[in-house]
This record gives sequence, C-alpha cells and structure tokens, in this order.
Amino acid sequence: MKAKRLVRDPLPWFTALLVFFVFGMDALQPIFAAAFPELARPVFTQDSFPALTAAHLELVAISSAAATLFGVGIGIFVTRASGLEFRPMLERVVAIGQTFPPVAVLAVAAPVLGFGERPALIALALYGLLPIVQNTVAGIESVPGSAREAAAGLGMSAARILRRIELPLAMPVIIAGIRTSVIINIGTAALASTVGARSLGTPIIVGLAGFNTAYVIQGAIVVGLLAIVVDLGFDRLLRFLDRWRESETRDSSSRAARVPHTP
Amino acid sequence: MIAFEHVGKAYDGRVAVDDVSLSIAQGEFVAVIGPSGSGKSTMLRMVNRLVEHDSGRILFAGDEIRSFKPEALRLRMGYAIQSIGLIPHWTVEQNIAAVPELLGWPPPRVRDRVAELLELLHLAPDAYRRRYPHQLSGGQQQRVGVARALAGDPAILLMDEPFGSLDPVTRDSLQQEIARIHKSSGKTILFVTHDIDEALRLATRIVLLDRGRVVQDGTPREILARPAADFVSEFVGRGDIGIKLLGLDTVSGLVRHGDSAAGEPIPISASLREALSIAIARGVDRLPVADEQGRPVGAIAVGDITKPRP
Repeated sequence: MKAKRLVRDPLPWFTALLVFFVFGMDALQPIFAAAFPELARPVFTQDSFPALTAAHLELVAISSAAATLFGVGIGIFVTRASGLEFRPMLERVVAIGQTFPPVAVLAVAAPVLGFGERPALIALALYGLLPIVQNTVAGIESVPGSAREAAAGLGMSAARILRRIELPLAMPVIIAGIRTSVIINIGTAALASTVGARSLGTPIIVGLAGFNTAYVIQGAIVVGLLAIVVDLGFDRLLRFLDRWRESETRDSSSRAARVPHTP
Repeated sequence: MIAFEHVGKAYDGRVAVDDVSLSIAQGEFVAVIGPSGSGKSTMLRMVNRLVEHDSGRILFAGDEIRSFKPEALRLRMGYAIQSIGLIPHWTVEQNIAAVPELLGWPPPRVRDRVAELLELLHLAPDAYRRRYPHQLSGGQQQRVGVARALAGDPAILLMDEPFGSLDPVTRDSLQQEIARIHKSSGKTILFVTHDIDEALRLATRIVLLDRGRVVQDGTPREILARPAADFVSEFVGRGDIGIKLLGLDTVSGLVRHGDSAAGEPIPISASLREALSIAIARGVDRLPVADEQGRPVGAIAVGDITKPRP
C-alpha cells in the first residue's frame, strides 16, 4: 500500500528526471547527435548545466523572497483599518500590472537599470509581487468574520488576531499566491538571459540566435522540469498546511469553507 | 456589576441606542429583548467595547469601561455569539483554552480547566478535546462556544443570541444548561435574544428594547402581568400572556399533598403551563404529582391552576 503510493507520487520521479538532465546532459550527447546530425556541437557546453541551474534558482529565490516579503506586507497593510483607503488604488495597480506581459517588464527594466543581474531581479520581483498581494488580500478576507469577532471578544489584541487567526487561516491562499508567483518567475527568469543575466535561458537564447534547436530543447526541458518539481513541492506544502481540514469529519459534509487555491 | 448611564450610540446619524440607563447587579440574569434593529446587540457589544458608545457612561465594577484597555476588559467578560465563532483551525481544546492562555495560566491548570468545562457542558473530554469545530454538530459547537466564554472564569457573561441558530431540541437542552450554570455559579449574565419564551424561561430580569430605548424593565412576571405599553403586550404575545404567566410557576405551589389521581405522574418541577397542557391533552381535571425521585407527593387540580390568584 505504502509502496504503491510512493510509486504513484510524481514528485520523486520528476525530481530524478530533473537531476538527470542537469547533471547528465553530456551523457545525452549521442542522442542529440543522432537527432540533429547537421549540428557540429549538439550539446550546450559554453556553461555547465548545474551552474546555469544554480544561477537560475538564485535569480528566482532572491526575486521571489523579495516579492513575498513585500507582497504579504502590502496585503496585510491594505486589510488593516489604517491601510483600507489604499485598497482601491492598489487594486487598480494590480489589475494593470497583471495585464503586463513579463517580457515587457524586462524590456522596460533593462534600459532603465542597465544590463546584468540587477534589472532581471527587480523585474522578476515586481512581476512576482502581484499574485502574492492579491492572494494575501483574498486570503485574509476569506477569514470568517465570526472567528475574527469572537477572537476580539475574547480579548485578543489586533496583532495577535493577525498572527494567530488571520495569517494561519489565510496561509493556504497566500502560499497559493507565492506558488503562482514562483512558477511565473521560473519561466520568466529564462528571459533574464536577454538582458545579460546568467540563467537556464542562456542555452535557449544562444540556440535561437545560432539556429541550434538542440540548445533550445535542452534549456527548455530543464526549465520545464524545474517548474514542475517546484510546483509539486508547493502542492505538498499546501496539503500539509490544510491537514486540519482533512481530518476525519463527523458527517460527510465538511463545514469548513474551501477556498480556491489559484489567484 | 454593569451600569449604563444615559448611554447613546448612533451609526452614521441613525440612532441605535438612545439614552439607556440600566444597572445590573452581581448575579442577575438579565435578558435584553426586542425586535431586530432595536439596538439590543449594540448594547451588549458596547459593554466589552466591540462597539464604542457615543455618549453617557458605562461602568464595569464601578469604573468607566474606557479606563480599561479593551483587551483587558474583554478578558474579564465571557463572550458567546450566535454564529458561535469557534476558531476553525483550532481544536476544541485550543478554542476553550484561548482566554486562560491569554491570562497566562500555567499549562496544567489550562488542561484541567478545559476538562472541567467540557464535563460541565456534557461533552466527554477525551472524545472531544482534539476535535476540530467542523467535526462537531451545531449544538456541540455552541456548547464549546459557551465553555470558551466561561473558561477564564469571567465576572460577567455576555451572550448575543447564542442559541438562535439551533434546532428547538438542542436549544432547549442548552437553555437548561445555561440556567443550571447560572444557578450554580452565581455569575452575572447579560443575554440578548429576540425570543420572548427564552427570556421568560431563563432571565431573572427582562429589559425590553424598542428603537434603542428601554420600554420596560422588570421581572418576567411584571412584564407579563403589567405590560408598560402596547408594544410590550404585542411583543410578548397578547393572546397567550396568561399561558406564559403559568409558565413562570411550578406545580409545587399548588400540589394538594396526600391527594391522589390516576395516570402517569408529572414531576413537581414542571411548570403550571405544562401541567395544564397535559391535563387538557389527557382530558382529565386532576393530575398526580411525583418528586424528583419519582415518589408520589400528591395531585394537582386544573381548577386550582385556573383559579384567579392575586
């Protein structure tokens, strides 16, 4: 039973696949050579895939951490009594920001901030901010008013209600926002190579520029697997956070309101 | 314990509570009753400062409530609401322990208190303490809500239509529970309801509110026997005031000791209203009466129940 569940769980399989492609790309030389006989160098070797993956993950980690910090902060602020008046303005900015394609953000950031890692980080963080703000607000708003009122009536301070009631109850929705943001950033970080940052986008860009389809495929496979593995990891985390809802119910109809996990 | 002195409150110019003065003594069970929009919930929520009053003074144990920090004030007052408001991601134990933990009680004392309260509300501690609210029925949730309100041993219990959303059977048993707790603990209870029968059954004193003003303030008997205005008699139900009055007395006062009658005996703690109803249903004019242990004590005559009393 347990072994069966282990086999069905996609996370270890995709993780293994990712590790294989990152560290074993050179071993695939014969396959790519056979598939693309016209190419002189069918495997990207100007930079190692482990180093590119590390650089890519660094871009995503730093920008997502910043986006999470500011996003959750802004989300909390506009749901406080003191920040309520900024709410409509924020919602407009979020709506406009969401329609902006990530490539456009990068294209605007590069001439303003110069080339390299810095504009890439800033563009990624800015673009990743939106789903997090949106979900933080939605998550805090999904907290039942009766729970908030009861907590206040019991004598909890506003800070304690935020910490013990609102944030824990909103956490699945907030995490879902961070998940969306991180997944978008994993894809968008590949574009960072266009402004001179090192990432898994490098083989893709080089491949596109030099008509080397094999390079494009190699970069794309690793970026894709990376996104899948991280997404499955978030899935695991969300299930863990939601475990109190899953606990065996007295009657089949669970009273706990389910909140959507996507923004 | 609690005193309102010319208290007023308006929401955006709409008056919710209008010049209310009221003094509640230690140990009283006061039911604030009125139609929706009469300001009864506002009145209750002003006591623990969930709503701030605009004018007048509200005193708690002799001090203006604004001289307390809201959190400190609320820790001294139990609070139970209609929607129950259990914290959904906390177990029954964590919910009940909320106030004791805020008060900084040591963990063993908190655990004992939770067990004691679950027993008091007839929930087996070992079966329920680790459950989540969504695993409980509505009645069980409300029991936990009441237990939580009592947890910090508050000086006063504020209850805002706590049984409003329950089915009649569950409501009935929780009403008995709260009456028992009031009797045994002697706690001051301020209870908001729109259900006159609930108020008559539980309260030692009823405050009738209409459009933010106190229309009548008195014992259940006074409210029924001498309604101060048309509104009062209408609200309590003009047609069955007499029947409701019978509901306030038990059989014990009218039992003819040593007398006997045929049929299933009624308990001596039954109300005259129940006795009359049973007699009519059985088509008899005398009913046997038994004490709590089921021993016959005498009989009651329908004529005695309906005889005019001073």
